[in-house]
Parts: sequence; C-alpha cells; structure tokens
Amino acid sequence: MSEMLETLHWIVYRDLLLALRRRSDLLTILLFFVIVVSLFPLGVGPDPAMLRAIAPGVIWVAALLASMLALSRIFALDHADGTLEQMLLAATPLGAIVAAKVLAHWLVTGLPLVLLAPVLALQFDLPQQFLGDLVLSLLLGTPALSFIGAIGAALTLGLRGGGALLALLVLPLYIPVLVVGAGALDAAAAGLGAGAHLLLLGAFLVVAGAFAPWVAAVALRIAHE
Amino acid sequence: MSAGINWFKYAAPQTFYPLAGLLAAGFGVLAALFCAVGLYIGFFVAPTDHQQGEAYRIIFIHVPAAWMSMFIYLVMAFWAGIGLAFGTRLSGMMASALAPTGALFTFVALWTGSLWGKPTWGTWWVWDARLTSELILLFLYFGFLALQAAIDDPRRADRAGAVLALVGVVNIPIIYFSVQWWNTLHQGASVSFTSAPTMAATMFAGMVIMAFGFWFYSIAAALMRVRCIILERERGSDWAAQLIRSGA
Repeated sequence: MSEMLETLHWIVYRDLLLALRRRSDLLTILLFFVIVVSLFPLGVGPDPAMLRAIAPGVIWVAALLASMLALSRIFALDHADGTLEQMLLAATPLGAIVAAKVLAHWLVTGLPLVLLAPVLALQFDLPQQFLGDLVLSLLLGTPALSFIGAIGAALTLGLRGGGALLALLVLPLYIPVLVVGAGALDAAAAGLGAGAHLLLLGAFLVVAGAFAPWVAAVALRIAHE
Repeated sequence: MSAGINWFKYAAPQTFYPLAGLLAAGFGVLAALFCAVGLYIGFFVAPTDHQQGEAYRIIFIHVPAAWMSMFIYLVMAFWAGIGLAFGTRLSGMMASALAPTGALFTFVALWTGSLWGKPTWGTWWVWDARLTSELILLFLYFGFLALQAAIDDPRRADRAGAVLALVGVVNIPIIYFSVQWWNTLHQGASVSFTSAPTMAATMFAGMVIMAFGFWFYSIAAALMRVRCIILERERGSDWAAQLIRSGA
C-alpha cells in the first residue's frame, strides 16, 4: 500500500516538474481563458447589468473550454516518449496512476483558472459577496472536468484529428457540471444560497474521481493493444 | 450442452450473415406494413385535435422517433457492453450498425419537434428540458460515430466506441436531470406535457402502431448495415471472398 502511494507521489511530482519546465504551455491555456472571457463584453456590449447576469455562465464556459484544451496534455507526452507503456506494465494499478496524473494535470491547468476567475469576475462587475461561491464552485467543478476529460483523452490517444474529436466526445459529458456550476451563482444571486449546487458539484467530483480513472485506464489499454 | 440449443452458433459472422439477410427482409416487410397502417390511422382515422388543429398529427412521426432515439442508444450500449465483456466480434459490429439509425431518429425527432413547435408554441425552438436532452443525445451519437470513424483498426474502434457508449449511457440520466433542473431554475415551463388533455384512443393506437413500424425499420436497417460491415471486415476470409466473387 505504502509502496503504491510512493509511486503515485513520484508520478505527481514528475508531472508537476515536467509541467514547470515547460511553463509557456500552461501560460497559453491561462491566457486562452482570459481572452475568451474578455471577448464576451466585446461581443454582447458593455451594459453592466447584462454583464453581471451572464458573468457566471461566461466564466464557467471559458473555464470548461480552457480545461478541455489542456486535456490532450494528460497522456500525449508520455505516449510520445514511451513512458505510458511503462506505466501500463507497472505493478501499480493503472487506475491509480491515471488518478495521480489527472491530479497533477489539474494542479497545473485547473487550479490557476480557479485562482484567476475572481479577477475576471470583477471585470464583469459581479458583486463581491458572490466571489467566494464562484471560486468554490470552480474548485469543485474543474477537477471533475479533468477526471471526465481523462476518459476522452485516453480514447483519442494518437488518433488523427485528436483535438476536435476530443471536444466532440467530452463536451456533452461536461454539461451536468456546467449546469450545476454556473447554476450555483444564479442560485446565490436569487437569494437561495449556493449550498445545494455546491454539494451536487462535490458529488459529481466524488463520483468522477472514483470511476473515471478506471474507465480511462480501460481506454488506455484499448489504445495500446 | 449437447441437448440444448447452441446459442453461440449465430455469434459467428459467417453464420449470422445469411440469417441477418432473412431477418432484415422479414422486418422490412413488417415495418412497411405497420408504417402504412399507422400513417393511415394518423392521417385519416384519428380525429382533429380541438386545441392544436391538424398540426398535432406530426406526433405520429415525432413521438415514435423520440422513443426509438433513446431506445436505440440503450440497445447500442448493451451490444457494446457485451462486446467489451466477452470479446465477441459481432456485438461490436451490431453497435456500430445501430448508431447511424439512432442518430437518424434523434434528428427526425428534433426536426419534427420544431415543425410542430412553430404552429403550436409559436417558435421553432425552446430550451425545454426534453428538447435540450434530445439535442445532447444527438451529440452523444455524433461523438460515437466520429470516434469510430477516426480509428482505422476495427477492433480498437469497437472497443473504444464501447467504452464511450457505456460512459454515455451512465451519463444520460445525469444529463437529463441536470438539464431539467437547469430549466426549472431559469424559466418556468412554458408548456407542460403532463397536464395535456388525455389522448383519444385512436390517436394512441396510431402512435403505438407507428412506434412498432419504426422499431421494425430500425431492426431491418441495422441488420442490413451489419451485413455490409461483416462483408467489409471479413473480406479476407474464404467464405466472404467466395460470396463477393459469386456476386451475391
């Protein structure tokens, strides 16, 4: 058991180290997030009341797209240099390895989005008392997105047209998280409190975290037959 | 097991190929009959609705198509699961043969729904929970088709598609309830299906007969398609090569 945890610890450490050695990749995803969010006021007009109304949805959709854009990174590099094959052969359960890789992936691509979101929300004049709920909803939602997305990333590993195909596979599966995540802010704004939505997001995260790594592991084995 | 029926005889593509041809023809005839009777009832026997006028008659296409769109996804996921669990080649072929028919019915349901919505609701599209989840179902079908099309190796395509279909089938209820919840949160239901007046018996009969017609059509279409898939994949084997050479 402790041996397995040690392996997982090293996988997280290695992935974080690799990501930090190529910081520009991560910055690109973060900048994508910022730019997409900034496009909306330009598209729909600068009326503060409307911007306040669409802010949660816009920020959530942009976060979802940004985290989807980063998905192929989870396995692609390891697939290219053969590390993934070693992981398939390892004594440690593949599902656990996938979970560790998703965790590392979320720490470098998801967490920065969560931390940046309140700043963007201020641009949309979102009242300050809702910023906490926004951060909390993203904090619970984006890791769930990473877990679900890992299945798509594993299924499309090494296929032509991978990026667009990945989007087609994964975006419909993201819908519940988007609905509940953006809904949390709407409920808070309506005076209902975001509690119920946040609990549901937590439930999504638990279910996705428990099952998605194993499904992704099956998909990885299929891709390597 | 010498006395029992050999259940696995038709699991081999070679033996299933002629059987599928027979079944496809039979179900094709049944589908034509049921659709003819159903459409006749729909257009000539069923009374005009006193609230919606003649426009309601689209339900004889729309409702069975919507039923089939969901049912076929379940059947597809079932075959995909069997194929993944037991490694039977034919199951994967059945799943990929069913997907285009399912996508077709989903599209028909959406299309006829908007044709019905324009005269009754006054709009082509509302973000109603049912419409939205049907649209998402269409996306799920497209995802399955796109994934299978992107993979050249048929074995990998079957297995990867199976994983996706099973993930989709687990997600469908979650998607449905979250969309319904989202819908009630954002806007009051403009149209309620549950409070609609009860249906005349002939209308219901027409709808059920059409549903059977569509069901038989789906079986016939899927079997025809699976025959093509079998030939395409087994073209290297002796029996298929012989069959192709003989021009049958």
